[in-house]
Amino acid sequence: MLMSTAPAPAAPILSVRNLSKHYPLRAWWGGKASVFRAVEDVSFEIRPGETLGLVGESGSGKSTIGRAVTMLNPPTSGTVAFEGTDLAGLGAREMRRMRARIQTVFQDPYAALNPRMSAGDYVAEVFRLHRPAMGRGERRAAVAGLFERVGLDPRFMGRYPHQFSGGQRQRICIARAIALKPSFIVADEPIAALDVSIQAQVVNLLQDLQEELGLSYLFISHDLRMVRYLCHRVAVLWRGRIVELADSDQLYEDPRHPYTRRLLSAVPLPDPVAERARLAVAGAESFGEGRPGDLVAVAPGHWVADG
Amino acid sequence: MSADMSTDIAEAPGAPLLDVRDLRVVFDAEGGAVHAVNGVSYTLREGETLGIVGESGSGKSVHVLAMLGLIPRPPGRIAGGQVLFEGEDLLALPERRLRRIRGGRIGFVFQDPMSSLNPGMTVAQQIVEPLRIHLGLSARAARARARELLDLVRIPNAAARLDQYPHEFSGGQRQRVMIAIGLACRPKLLIADEATTALDVTVQAEIVALVQELKRELGMAIIWITHDLGVVAGISDTVQVMYAGRILERGPVDAIFADPRNAYTLGLLRSLPDLGRGRAGRQRLHQIEGSPPDMRHPPPGDPFAPRNAYATPRCRAEMPPLAQAPGAAPGHLVAAWYDLPALIAGERPGAREGLRPC
Repeated sequence: MLMSTAPAPAAPILSVRNLSKHYPLRAWWGGKASVFRAVEDVSFEIRPGETLGLVGESGSGKSTIGRAVTMLNPPTSGTVAFEGTDLAGLGAREMRRMRARIQTVFQDPYAALNPRMSAGDYVAEVFRLHRPAMGRGERRAAVAGLFERVGLDPRFMGRYPHQFSGGQRQRICIARAIALKPSFIVADEPIAALDVSIQAQVVNLLQDLQEELGLSYLFISHDLRMVRYLCHRVAVLWRGRIVELADSDQLYEDPRHPYTRRLLSAVPLPDPVAERARLAVAGAESFGEGRPGDLVAVAPGHWVADG
Repeated sequence: MSADMSTDIAEAPGAPLLDVRDLRVVFDAEGGAVHAVNGVSYTLREGETLGIVGESGSGKSVHVLAMLGLIPRPPGRIAGGQVLFEGEDLLALPERRLRRIRGGRIGFVFQDPMSSLNPGMTVAQQIVEPLRIHLGLSARAARARARELLDLVRIPNAAARLDQYPHEFSGGQRQRVMIAIGLACRPKLLIADEATTALDVTVQAEIVALVQELKRELGMAIIWITHDLGVVAGISDTVQVMYAGRILERGPVDAIFADPRNAYTLGLLRSLPDLGRGRAGRQRLHQIEGSPPDMRHPPPGDPFAPRNAYATPRCRAEMPPLAQAPGAAPGHLVAAWYDLPALIAGERPGAREGLRPC
């Protein structure tokens, strides 16, 4: 069957239902107040050990969804159930406990790091916050173990962010993200700011950690090549709505929504003959300018917006 | 169709337009001098498109900024070399004369149009200014030309949009405006530095197609600086791979992709996942180990040697010269002490997968 490559069905670790995020727009005098619908009625699930890719252009709502499912910027409406618990219903204390299980890795590791805190202290901080009973020596050993785990020399624990390269800084952020043994990580453009020669290192690390720790990822990216490589399933966002959601192979081999086709056909190919041929026939496929419609199944597990 | 295109791309004849000779750029910083460009030499012919690939610290951007007199001095300084443009050494020109060439015979487009455009001036004012300075056009003629330029870069309803401000344009349209400014004075050379990096992939595709079309119409030479090997593959006649302020490999585009001779080029090509390959049976991504060198303390010898599994003791001691690669296409130059094809041939079969012969 078409879905033979999909992971075996299991209870989802994350279940997002009808998520919307609206921002009020200021009304002119006498005008009607309106809202900007950054994300509108988005639903998806992520299974244990699965990577779901979220692709789309700037302004499509990718990062908004990432921040909504982690409650960094809670949704206007809809539910986000993590391991069966509705996150919107949690109090501050329970949410803090939950944060140990849900982590985020951002695009710019330098902005995420504290320039005045050594790399080791930055990673150790999560233990101080979430594991106050942990002794100093134990904490230090745990941080050293994390450094090794992400491919950093533990002797660098005392160094400051500016003494690391971009790729090393992202490893520090990943070390902190996995410190409390989370089950789910939102990775928001984690390789976009890294040099090409470093991107593969970080993607391989994310993959190794997934296998070892059974992590699930929401991988937000505009790098369509890397998304195909890394993700089990992919959701394509356009204007705040999902226009297509499918098994990764299915989406790339048989894209159904015109926007998905336009996106995939715009990816330049690192092969001069193929790329010149692509440029020679390139033309934008036109499609409706309105908001995309609701998702309908066109094949098992393959959903496409009608219109 | 593609066969026709590849032949007229591959020809790239023309007289030398730009001749860079042993260019060296140093930044005097606290904690030591940063050797950003370390003896870069190449020739660009009229009408040729040169794609320059490299990562941060490779010197790809700094060397063009230096030749245009756009690096801050101090801390930057030109430590040596010549840049002959139509026979004149740009590095020896007084700023007043250089300013006439910049934006005139040499146009440029940088990554971030929002910071390159003046937010307080209308688009018309910003296009008209170079036309009046460089071409001495009257206000009326310059405005008419500005309108033509917006038409040329396919901005709809150009006449009405001339008097709008940059924030009223989308990211892709702002980059089109930058290209219009870059092309305003019919340059013989257009330099684009990561001109599409910040743009969405569909917008990038439109800009690349536009530049290709404009090149066919106007016939200028192009230096296209990027880290995206896909973009380079499609638009370049010649590709130049830079690392640590040096050229490690340079040659006709098809030769560079089909028959890479430097281990860094090979590593970059291998580390890209294949858009056409499914998840079944896939392997770990090929990764280049380590980090780019700290240019305050560049390693001795070949700067890529510390990250290169194929490096020999000689690589770690002595910088190889950039020279014709034995048995490669004419004009395919490489800086390497090792023989990459022989080393690859000795690896397990299938190791070269992903590098399709062209």
